[in-house]
Amino acid sequence: MLSNYVPILVLAVIAAAFAIGSVVAGVLVGPSRYNRAKVDPYECGIEAPAEPAGPHRFPVKFYLIAMLFIVFDIETIFMVPWAVTFGSLGVFGLIEMVLFVATVFVAYAYVWRRGGLEWD
Amino acid sequence: MIGPTAATVLAATAPADPDLTGFGRDPFWLTLIKAVAVFAFLLLMTLFAIVFERKVVAKMQQRVGPNRVGPKGWLQSLADGVKLMLKEDIIPVLADKPVFILAPIISAVPAFLAFAVIPFGPEVSIFGHHTTLQLADLPVGILYVLAVTSLGVYGIVLSGWSSGSTYPLLGALRSAAQLISYEVARSLSFISVFIYSGTLSTSGIVERQHGWWYIALVPSFVIYCIAMVGETNRTPFDLPEAEGELVGGFHTEYSSIKFAFFFLAEYINMVTVSAVATTMFLGGWQPPPIPFFSHFDTGWFPIIWFVLKLLAFLFFFVWLRGTLPRLRYDQFMSFGWKVLIPVGLVWVLFMATVRAYDLFATDRSPWWWSFGVIIGVLLIVALVDPGHKKRYEAAEAAEEEKIANAPSLDRIPWPPHADGAGERPAVTAGTNPRQEN
Repeated sequence: MLSNYVPILVLAVIAAAFAIGSVVAGVLVGPSRYNRAKVDPYECGIEAPAEPAGPHRFPVKFYLIAMLFIVFDIETIFMVPWAVTFGSLGVFGLIEMVLFVATVFVAYAYVWRRGGLEWD
Repeated sequence: MIGPTAATVLAATAPADPDLTGFGRDPFWLTLIKAVAVFAFLLLMTLFAIVFERKVVAKMQQRVGPNRVGPKGWLQSLADGVKLMLKEDIIPVLADKPVFILAPIISAVPAFLAFAVIPFGPEVSIFGHHTTLQLADLPVGILYVLAVTSLGVYGIVLSGWSSGSTYPLLGALRSAAQLISYEVARSLSFISVFIYSGTLSTSGIVERQHGWWYIALVPSFVIYCIAMVGETNRTPFDLPEAEGELVGGFHTEYSSIKFAFFFLAEYINMVTVSAVATTMFLGGWQPPPIPFFSHFDTGWFPIIWFVLKLLAFLFFFVWLRGTLPRLRYDQFMSFGWKVLIPVGLVWVLFMATVRAYDLFATDRSPWWWSFGVIIGVLLIVALVDPGHKKRYEAAEAAEEEKIANAPSLDRIPWPPHADGAGERPAVTAGTNPRQEN
């Protein structure tokens, strides 16, 4: 069974060798002339602020999206094996899935109502 | 309730798919040839797609497009790649160096991997060996594709975070939010295909599309097409690279070959999602079901059908870019979460019901009864629409308030004049009062 994955490993090795090789070659081939303006963080031509907004803080809103994503992605992942074996589960499988989607839908409606799906 | 269901379902998938017995038995040299071929195909497709895009967009805008390097300009992207290679590799002082160097590699390598399970054609013979034109076939084929393609988001987030600069960080966060928002819609659109195919293996799905393609599951196909554009950060969903807001997005601080790798990853992803769409909805390598063409479904011919369908999708991407303006961020997120996901879910349940009716219904009257009850409830809700008037009035009031409070030139205090008069000068057409000072 695992032998199915060997070709993927081979492809991964080729791709990684290509990527790492190119990055190393790029450093070796390209010029290197120091200039302070080049290594400053990009700030549209003006002097960069002493402490830029990055790299350690970002809006908490993005966490909310990530958590909602987990809820819905798990829902979809549950649906995958259900869909594959649909033929052998019978009407029972259909009813189970309708109930499952209904429970998740309650959470979805709650999130929407509480403004979790508003962006500005 | 959820636990036992999942356990039953997972147990039921355990037996191996009988179609996959021919795989994993290639000699190693054949595996190597196939891997190199897939790798070369992706690199060539990238080089081709960049010039193709520039040429087609040029035609749409009545320009000439690239026409200098190589025959009719077709080597332009190769020349660009070489040029990028020869540029200086700049690492900003505030950057987190190891992560900054790793990020483009992390984003490029998974892009190649997803193509391993895409079937290019049926069984052929290479140097006397019978083998399928597919690098690897996994029993979990499409799940593997979903997993690998979402790995690329790590490269994007890490690149933005490690740059130590404002714009890349914002661009990377947007990009990550965008990718995961449309990921759900994309997976949902696959579910109805699985209901009909009964397998996750890519070759199995193509096999079962003999005669009728799953494009017939129209809403799934449409949802996938929208989600795949969102997934690949392409126009009209290219918010991570909105120049007016975020400069270059997550790769603002990158230069030289590292920049080229983000570009490479974007185009390979574009080819990959097109190939997945071809496999899932357009019958993969199967010829179109037209009497004359349908004979060409053996040997090496199917590669032509596969590539033609792939090119059609690439053209669709370019066409979108030539036609549509970019969406606003909130519109984009609302569309993903409030339209695509509910529509996807409802459609999956609808398809499941239709399929169950086909498969299991012996006595059909209870089905019609429940169908009638659901339609009736929906009709009543639509007709009564509780709270409609109240909502409408509230929206009206909010709109009026917004207009009343909107910023207006009249409320901006005018700077006092040199002659002491605080009055605002009269604005007449064609003159700018500020020029007088």
